[in-house]
Order: sequence, then structure tokens, then C-alpha cells
Amino acid sequence: MAGQERKQPRRSAPSEEAPQEVDASRAVGGELAERIDDLLEEIDAVLEENAEEFVRNYVQKGGQ
Amino acid sequence: MSLAVHKVLGTETEFGIGVRGRPGYNPVTAAGLVVAAYAGASRVRWSYDEETPGRDARGFGPSAGDFDTGMLNTVLTNGARFYVDHAHPEYSTPECYDPLEGALYDKVGELVLARAAAAAQSALGPGEQLRIHKNNSDGKGNSYGAHENYLMARAVPFGDIVAHLTAFLVTRQVFAGAGKVGSENGRPTVPYQLSQRADFFEEEVGLETTVKRPIVNTRDEPHADPGTYRRLHVITGDANMSEKQIFLKLGSAALVLAALEAGALGPPLLLEDPVGAMWRVSHDASLHRTVRRAGGKSITALEVQAEYLARVTAYLAATGGSPVERQVRNLWETTLAALERDPSSTAGYLDWAAKLQLLEGYRERDQLPWSHPKLRLLDLQYHDVAPERSLHHRLVAAGRMERLFTDAALDKAAAEPPDRTRAFFRGTCLARFAESVAAANWDSLVFDLGEDALRRVPMMDPLRGGRERVADLIDRCASAADLVRALGGVDGRTGTEATPPERAL
Repeated sequence: MAGQERKQPRRSAPSEEAPQEVDASRAVGGELAERIDDLLEEIDAVLEENAEEFVRNYVQKGGQ
Repeated sequence: MSLAVHKVLGTETEFGIGVRGRPGYNPVTAAGLVVAAYAGASRVRWSYDEETPGRDARGFGPSAGDFDTGMLNTVLTNGARFYVDHAHPEYSTPECYDPLEGALYDKVGELVLARAAAAAQSALGPGEQLRIHKNNSDGKGNSYGAHENYLMARAVPFGDIVAHLTAFLVTRQVFAGAGKVGSENGRPTVPYQLSQRADFFEEEVGLETTVKRPIVNTRDEPHADPGTYRRLHVITGDANMSEKQIFLKLGSAALVLAALEAGALGPPLLLEDPVGAMWRVSHDASLHRTVRRAGGKSITALEVQAEYLARVTAYLAATGGSPVERQVRNLWETTLAALERDPSSTAGYLDWAAKLQLLEGYRERDQLPWSHPKLRLLDLQYHDVAPERSLHHRLVAAGRMERLFTDAALDKAAAEPPDRTRAFFRGTCLARFAESVAAANWDSLVFDLGEDALRRVPMMDPLRGGRERVADLIDRCASAADLVRALGGVDGRTGTEATPPERAL
């Protein structure tokens, strides 16, 4: 875009093809990974029991 | 440059509903239980010409015939509407003065649903538990909406709105999406995408909202003086959990529409295939993918958004803009730069990025393939309205996601209306004189003063009827009869129309 400076080079060249892998490589690593492990344990404790059944039974009528 | 109409706005959210321990529980009945149980709902019904929201022409089992239909369509003292629609509980915010207020009252919807569900729980059997999600899809091809409404000048040709708004709505998913595992509605398979709703758009422009959904919706129901105003009904958006993201979503759209109305957007930025671009943009969480502009040149969604931002920035430079408008613009700019640099850096306030980070954490720790049901459950439970179950709330509590509002502000807004729109008149009359209000609607209140004729008070201007104009008047009145009399000489048997509150002073 004209006039828009890029702070860093693009992560890869743009194209019409979507990447096959979801790019979240920076989401987890080092200290962040440790902290996210604590969070995941907290979430484990509140997650609905029997994920497969819950997801299977989650059926909504279409709306607007 | 002409002046834009002040962008009064609001949202309407259909919530997903189910009963844990009783799959197949009739959703209309469940939604009816929830709406009827809400203690904050007045017994005043919405609309004098009563609709029958419990009835479904498609024949979804037993209707909600056990309920007084008035109780399925209620108006709240904060000026909102809370009702059953299409087998979902739906909450419409009151008319809000700006996107900050809009985000606040949108979040209040979750609070209302959580409280209502807790109250309705006693009507269920042992082992049955209500679950309500502020999301837009069940992952099985059924979608329900989170709509936005913006006040526009009737004078703007609708064709201009379509031309300017389409590419904006298609590409704003990069910062407006709530994130979803998988794809639906026959779209190509993808592990994760930006938006809950993008898969369901099949037309560029149209009137439908439940089938063949269009990117730009043509519903023309202004709920205001139709000669002056249009209510632009935006149906492409996701229901967001992040307060800051709702603010950005509403604020950026309001800015684009204001600039458009002022004739300051320049030539429209047109896409070659908006419907295809809708899901293509959503299906690329790396934000690399390009779509084609009319004429064939490739462009990324972030580049399209940067173009809208540049034009809106020029518009604000010329008009000054309000503090809230400048706050929106700055957040929009910061967000686009962050997404360009590293999308995961927005996980502190964009639902799709936060959800993706959570999913990646689970995938890494438990070595889960994208097809694993646990990931679908995480996606769903991110949107649970009950704070004790909502994964969004967990992220906020862990200091990983930002907030804009305090719990106290949400509590207050659950009870009290916005100050600067006609919602103030509606909500305050409800709080003071509910027993004398026969029905409420967006553009009128109908009073029953115990006489033969009902008294209808029209409110055709959304910007009138705010605290400044009517608070003292309502305070001075000891009864609804006093108020209607003070509003303008409806005295005796002459008619049912009172003077609108904005003209009474």
C-alpha cells in the first residue's frame, strides 16, 4: 500500500494460495510456553466433561 | 464535504442454546424459559402488534405455547430488547451514542443471558444444565447472527453504500473475527479460520438473513423517520467476546460510514469476487493470502484495510473527529500494524488470535490433530456466557486478555439506559411507570392510562429523548398520566397520539 511502511519484512510472499499449516509458530515458546501450561491446567479443570459427546450434541437451529 | 449523521448504533445477538444432559431439548422452549426467567425483564411487552416468536413455520416440534407470548418478547429498563427469535434467545442493545457505549451494552447482553440462564435453571430437571454461547455457528452448518445497526442519512444512495462497504466488510475479518475450528457450508476444508460467519455468505447484496445470506443486507426498516434516516443492517459480523474488539469492530464501521456519508471516501475499492473473497480471507490465519481487485490486481486483506484507514484518517484530519473517533482510528492503525508484523501479537484483544493461541497450546501439549473433538470444545467454550465456564473469561482472569469496562460499569448498564439517545426515555419510563406502559418499540411507547384509548408517544428521532432533554420532565411527573399530559395536551378523548418527547420541551 502506498505510503504504508512495513515494520518488518513480510513473513512470506503473498499469494492467492492459503498456506496449508496454520501459522502460529510464535504462539508458543520459552517462558510463554511455561505460562501457557499453567493456564491450560486451569482450563482443564473447567472444560466440559466428555468433549466428544458435548460437541456431537451441540446442534443449533439456524437463525438469522 | 457534507456533514455525516451522528452514528447512533446498536447490536443484536442470537445466542446458541442447549441443555446439557438432555440433548434434543426443544430450543424454543429453552429460550422461552431463559427469557421469561430474567428478573430484570419488565412485564411490558415489545411491540403492540404482538408477534408470535414461539411459532416456527418450519415445525420445530412443540411451540412455546406454555408461555404468555408477551413474556417472550420483553423490554428492559436499560432500553434493550430481550426475546426469543428463531429458536434462540436474542438480546438487542438499546440505541447507543458511540462505539464505546455500543461495546458496553453488547457485553451487557452476556450478563443478561448468564443471569437469565441461572434463574431458569430451577425449571429444569436433575442432571439438566443450560448452556448458552455467544457464538455464531454449531460447527455443523447452522449459523445464527450477530447483527450491527448504524444510523445513516436517507440521502446517501444505497448503491454507494454497497460499493464502499463490501470490500470493507470482506476484509475486516482480520480484526473482527471470533475464530472457528474447521469450515462449513460446503467451503473447502481448513483447520482454523478467522471468522465464525464467513462460510455462510453466498450473495453480494440481498434482503435475506437466514438463507443465501448477502454481504450487504438491504433490510429497510429504519425504526425512525424514514424520510431522514436509514438503519444500515450489517449481518456479516461475528459475536465477539473481547470488549476491545467489539469497540474496534463497531468503531471502524461507524467511521467508514461517516466518511462515506460525508462524501470523503474517494472512489470505491471494488473486489472481483466478494463472495469468494469472504471465505478466502477467513480461511487464511497467516493473513498472507491475496484476493483480486476489480481489474485483476492482487491485494491482501490487510492492504485493503490500510487503504480504508488512510481514507478515514484523511476524513478525520479534515473534520477533527470526536475523542472516541480518534481513539478508534488509533486502535485500528495499531491493530493493522500488529497483524502485519505478527498476528499472534494481537492475542491480547482479538478473539480469533486468542483462541488460536489457546488451541495451539493444547495441540502442542496433548499432541492433538486439528480434527480432535477437544479442540472443537475449546472453540465452543470460549464463548460460554457463564463466567465460571467461559474460556474467554479465563484468559481475562489470567491477565492474558484486555478489558475496557469494569464489572461495576456492566452492572450499571444492565439496569440503566444510555444517556444520549431515545433509549433513555424508553428505559426510564420502564423503570418509573412500567405498570402504565402497554407496549414498547424502538420508535414509540404506548401508555395505558386506564382510559378507553391507549396513548402512543412516538420517538422518531433516535438522537432525541436523552437525559438532557427529558430527565427533569420525567422526574417532575408523579404518574404516567402526568407524563403523557406534560408531553403535550393529550387530554380526554381526542386521539391517541401524544407529542414526541423531543418536541415537548
